[in-house]
Amino acid sequence: MASGLGETCAIFFLTLIFAIPLGMVVALMRRSRFKVLSLISGFFISVLRGTPLMLQLLAVTYGPYYIFGVSVSRNKLIPVVIAFSINYAAYFAEIYRSGIESIPIGQYEASQVLGYTKLQTFMKIILPQVIRRILPSMTNEIVTLVKDTSMAFTVSYVEIFTLAKQIANSQTSFMPFIVAGVFYYVFNFIVSFVMRRVEKAMNYYTL
Amino acid sequence: MSVLSMTGIRKAFGDHTVLKDISLHVDKREVVSIIGPSGSGKSTLLRCAAFLETIDSGEIAYMDRPAVRTVNGKAVYEKDLKPFRRDFGLVFQNFNLFPHYSVMKNVTDAPLRVQKRDKQEVRAEAEKLLEKMGLSDKADAYPCELSGGQQQRVSIVRALMMNPEILFFDEPTSALDPELTGEVLKVIKQLADEKMTMVIVTHEMAFAHSISDRVIFMDCGVIVEQGTPRELFEGTRKERTRQFLQNYNQAMGVREQDSAPEA
Repeated sequence: MASGLGETCAIFFLTLIFAIPLGMVVALMRRSRFKVLSLISGFFISVLRGTPLMLQLLAVTYGPYYIFGVSVSRNKLIPVVIAFSINYAAYFAEIYRSGIESIPIGQYEASQVLGYTKLQTFMKIILPQVIRRILPSMTNEIVTLVKDTSMAFTVSYVEIFTLAKQIANSQTSFMPFIVAGVFYYVFNFIVSFVMRRVEKAMNYYTL
Repeated sequence: MSVLSMTGIRKAFGDHTVLKDISLHVDKREVVSIIGPSGSGKSTLLRCAAFLETIDSGEIAYMDRPAVRTVNGKAVYEKDLKPFRRDFGLVFQNFNLFPHYSVMKNVTDAPLRVQKRDKQEVRAEAEKLLEKMGLSDKADAYPCELSGGQQQRVSIVRALMMNPEILFFDEPTSALDPELTGEVLKVIKQLADEKMTMVIVTHEMAFAHSISDRVIFMDCGVIVEQGTPRELFEGTRKERTRQFLQNYNQAMGVREQDSAPEA
């Protein structure tokens, strides 16, 4: 089962690496004053939040075969990470949006009067405060992601849950599922611990 | 030379006209107070001067350089307002300090990042100003660790650090309790004594009286009357001004009686 561990971690970290910035792009598009961008982003979010992740995994993995006749690649890590990344980007985008909207207008006004450019205002004044505010909600989503990686079994991607299922079937034992459960729990224990440390480190001021 | 010159300013929020043809010219070293009831448009006027609200028509110039003109009855802003933003500073009613920056960073970040000035020089100037405002021991504190009065003094330092030609105050003491109001007013008085050019929107009548070269009384989007503090507070000829001051004095009188120790 240990070999599945690396695969689960790969899905987890790659998804975070892509979804965190992609979510910001989606959130900024949503707030754009260009109606088209904001509509596209709104549609993207509503579809990805409104349909099962499992279905999205199947669609991204096998969709190209049914639509374009492209053969399903043997390396399923790519479609799995794509599906997870766009799904989580949609959720992250909404968290970012709520964070950005919670910053008082006075912060923008003060920055403008002091002559900061729009980019400087966002990067140096707004974003650091947004990050601070959204950390608890982000922890929530990241913990869910750890558990959601198990859904990769629907496209027979060999991560820890798929392996547990295979071993359980061949040995007619429930034990592998317990081992998998312990693994997810320990993983999330570490995630929560790290996120708490990050929150504490940013707690040097109150909003 | 006028530091700030606003001519024929009109501004409406939807159907509601807030500024009806207002003109305001401020000379170098002049201290102007704007008083008037809530909703009279005094804060909006200041926010228009600071480009936080866009005017519908009229003209705005700093140091005789036009920033906003009116073409065919519509206000046209200069494409690049940056050179004009350098000319003024604004102190907000609720401070708007950056909560994630220390006091020192709050007051030095814009001079460094925006004006690209020398780090050592900026820091030295900040230390001097903080000391002058009685905040030298607070340089490493965060805004949340300060009282409202201290926060407002920091925000005054932040505005001064940009070396503006003119400083705007938008009800600088309205968010403070009476005890803290005093310490902020003292600082503004000090700036007036040093002949800083200022426009102050305030509800503090006694303060406006003692500090100003000129007092403007606004009501319903127009300037009802203006003059020296003496002319306005003691010799007003306008019924509306008299009424406003009377109401104000009455309210203050009631408050003093309320807080008087019980016999």
